[in-house]
Amino acid sequence: MTEAIAVKALRKNYGGLTAVDGISFDVRPGEIFGVVGPNGAGKTTTIECLEGMRVPSAGVLSILGLNPQRDGYALRERIGVQLQQSSLPDDLKVWEALDLFASYYRKPAPWEPLLEELGIADKREARFAKLSGGQKQRLFIALALVNDPELVFLDELTTGLDPHARRAMWNLVQGIRGRGKTVFLTTHYMEEAEHLCDRVMIIDHGRIVALNTPGNLVANLRAETRIIFTAGAGYDPEPLRAVEGVTRVERSGGKVTVAGRGDRLVILVVNALDAAGVRIRSLRTEQPNLDDVFMAMTEDKTEARGGAR
Amino acid sequence: MKALFKLIWVEFKLYIRQPQAAFFSLVFPLLLLFMFGSIYGNKSTPFFGGHGMVDVSTPAYIAIIMGSTGLMSISIIVSTYRERGVLRRFRAAPLRPTAIIGSQVAVNFVMTLAGALILVAGAVLAYRMRFAGSVGAVFAGFTLSTLSFFAIGFVVASVSRTSRVAQILAMLLYFPNIFLSGATVPKEIFPPALRLISKAVPMTYVVDLLQGLWFGSPWAKHVTEVAVLAALLVVGVILSAKTFRWE
Repeated sequence: MTEAIAVKALRKNYGGLTAVDGISFDVRPGEIFGVVGPNGAGKTTTIECLEGMRVPSAGVLSILGLNPQRDGYALRERIGVQLQQSSLPDDLKVWEALDLFASYYRKPAPWEPLLEELGIADKREARFAKLSGGQKQRLFIALALVNDPELVFLDELTTGLDPHARRAMWNLVQGIRGRGKTVFLTTHYMEEAEHLCDRVMIIDHGRIVALNTPGNLVANLRAETRIIFTAGAGYDPEPLRAVEGVTRVERSGGKVTVAGRGDRLVILVVNALDAAGVRIRSLRTEQPNLDDVFMAMTEDKTEARGGAR
Repeated sequence: MKALFKLIWVEFKLYIRQPQAAFFSLVFPLLLLFMFGSIYGNKSTPFFGGHGMVDVSTPAYIAIIMGSTGLMSISIIVSTYRERGVLRRFRAAPLRPTAIIGSQVAVNFVMTLAGALILVAGAVLAYRMRFAGSVGAVFAGFTLSTLSFFAIGFVVASVSRTSRVAQILAMLLYFPNIFLSGATVPKEIFPPALRLISKAVPMTYVVDLLQGLWFGSPWAKHVTEVAVLAALLVVGVILSAKTFRWE
């Protein structure tokens, strides 16, 4: 089967500013593909070029075999789009929105079951302006699914949602993929990318800095594991530096942080503590995760750069 | 087509749910009628060429309705949709701009017509308003005038960066139009200087055309009005097509 999305040397300039700087990647059918990056890295510009909402400055795009600029209407029949910034008329009711958007497509899916699936069936008669952030987001997903699309674009789906709603969204996205659809999403929550995505593309300054499965990204980073515990006031953690694999030992107040590498690091440190008869409390370990990969690979210039263009 | 009809129906419901828009197109002209009607009545007077105050005011108030639907409703709705990202959401579905424009034209046309019919009904029932023209001719003049004002509304929506700007622009057009055109206060009482100024106001041509057709005056006598309104329509359509923006 051909790629769901094939991007070659995509570039987008706004005036003198380069938002996307010649990126190439493919998305396979049936995968959940995530784009992460700092604010202003080019996530939204990238996704909107793929959707046909923006005209690329250069590059070759093939979305479901179509050119988003030339075959815009044909493409929109087959994709579902949830935009980062969009809205509906305040007084439009939930059911009216679905009924309306279903009429835009040649082959709409029945929208009644979507209300159920997305948990907004009880909001059927509610007006858009009266919905909570999470309910609006669910409605927008329902609208993105109303044409039974082959490929769904989700731009910062869970931004602004509480942790409960975010978890529920994740289940929804997995449900979408479960129905055989391809999902292309952007997020700035590493936890979300790690949990949801089959593959993650990290971009910064409009360029790809990494593209792999979350597991490989973390493994390739070869980051340190951290062991954090609390010990009594008289405890001196310095001898732990001698333990195999330990690279760093820090103490602040009663809290001790031991960092290092190696599969046996935690066992060795705990054994050393036990052997020395140290009484420790609340020991926990922090494995490297996508957050560390992200921090290592992107520059933090959030303050210096603009919003999420 | 299915999308257009659905959108028209939805926009119609949304219009009705917006009390202020419905007030200005359906109720406000009727209030004007009853206010001025109660002051002046509808006696025939040489001042109005043998017609009564209500006889000449009814077609003039219809022009005010066009100002409210064309200048205000269309420009504010379209610019608000754009500012808030409603147009973006529509565009991400395979919706064409013609459907958005078509639905606004259809809904606002029906509301303008409804406002006009309510006004005429009020004028006939309360003041025995006289009508001496042909219904077909008046409807043709009404349609041309309405569409011309809608075209201005779409241009205002396009050139306004925000809905706030559109609102201000709409007001800046609406009030001079309804007061300087003879739509609210008859031009017969205008001093010469004000009459001259009224020539620069598009609604003047609507008032003149509708008042003429109302009493059976032939089209040949309204070449200027028709030409001005048709030109406005053509320029407005071209300008709004060129300046239409999704975001």
